Amino acid sequence: MSIAMSVLAILEEGPTYGLRLKNAFEDRTAQMWPLNVGQVYSTLRRLERDGLVHGLEEGPEARKRYEITPAGRDALRSWFDTPTRMLPPARDELVLKLVMAVDRDGVHLAEVIQAERRGAVETLQELTLMKRDGSADSDLGWALLLDSLIFQTEARVRWLDDSEARLARHLSAGTAARAHRPVPEAEEVRR
Amino acid sequence: MTALVEWDDVTKVFGSGHVQVDALSHVSLQALRGELVAVMGPSGSGKSTMLSVAGGLDRPTSGRVVVDGEDLSTMGAAELALVRRRRVGYVFQQLNLIDGLTAEENISLPLELDGMSGRRARSAARTTLALVEMRDLAGRFPEELSGGEQQRVAIARAVVGDRALLLADEPTGALDSSTGEAVLRLLRAQCDRGACVILVTHDARLAGWADRVVFLRDGRIVDQTGPRSGPEVLLREPARR
Repeated sequence: MSIAMSVLAILEEGPTYGLRLKNAFEDRTAQMWPLNVGQVYSTLRRLERDGLVHGLEEGPEARKRYEITPAGRDALRSWFDTPTRMLPPARDELVLKLVMAVDRDGVHLAEVIQAERRGAVETLQELTLMKRDGSADSDLGWALLLDSLIFQTEARVRWLDDSEARLARHLSAGTAARAHRPVPEAEEVRR
Repeated sequence: MTALVEWDDVTKVFGSGHVQVDALSHVSLQALRGELVAVMGPSGSGKSTMLSVAGGLDRPTSGRVVVDGEDLSTMGAAELALVRRRRVGYVFQQLNLIDGLTAEENISLPLELDGMSGRRARSAARTTLALVEMRDLAGRFPEELSGGEQQRVAIARAVVGDRALLLADEPTGALDSSTGEAVLRLLRAQCDRGACVILVTHDARLAGWADRVVFLRDGRIVDQTGPRSGPEVLLREPARR
């Protein structure tokens, strides 16, 4: 969906062919999400089938260029006007890792959390370094993308901090529960 | 590169007996000239105590703190006060600017009290205000400045006289995101001129500006970020349009 709409957005600026579309997409997203040409052409074929773009036949030698149709412009407008759905969420490896680490023998959840936090902070250092070089100041699209990655990574660290505090509460509640429970073995012995 | 500040097996205990709290427990760390080190940890992990012993505001229970080659633990009160005034700059969330003084006077007054002539102190204040792009507002009083501008004055006051060590405790406080970023750029600029900045924060986005991030838990350093290495995709030069 997002690739198809980005392709439409680029085509709205003027007709072009597959390789140019791939390069334009990658330039604007600072190579963060590389596309292969095959992916671009299969997207174009789908869009053409749905009447959102049409191919321009320009003789046997020329590469086929694509143009956005009025229906394509409508679809693009509607994409911009409709809030992006956050649910159901995409699968998230970090969340899965923590969920799977709970109560697992030989795995210390607190250590997994700290290793992930270090990794996330190192990623933030990398992203901030890109911000510091000033290139984002003159390129709004790149600045938006970079900030989005920084905020997402920060959110991960906050979630990890919260998970650590939750784990500590869980462990102390467990200890307290055990302390208040009668100790069956001791009772047995007395009898 | 030489260490500008070193915590050498520092322990700091508050209280005694049942109410004894080990704020720092055998902390050893060196921070270099030109380096920005962030210290992250939850409340009560000892972050602020690390700053107060480095700034000579508090003495360790055991261990040594060495600033710019001088061991603070062997110093008398007067000597320590001198280090605090001349070598160390503080940037706190509470800016503590004096309401009745202009931005320039807020910076020059401490220098004058320290024995500098009025003219030299004012000139140093103006030069430092220019560093934080506040020269044109030198004559304004704190209440005539925005939160971000007041923070700039507080940073100028911290760095005036080329102090070698800057200690920043949650320096962006309630500032909005872009003003907070400007504060971090200013702190980084101080590193570029050779100062060492220790930034205490619970905010990972601020810590991202550091060369090194140290993680503190229950008064102990439990981890730190390694040499820069990111996901493969981030190492590629971003293509420019």
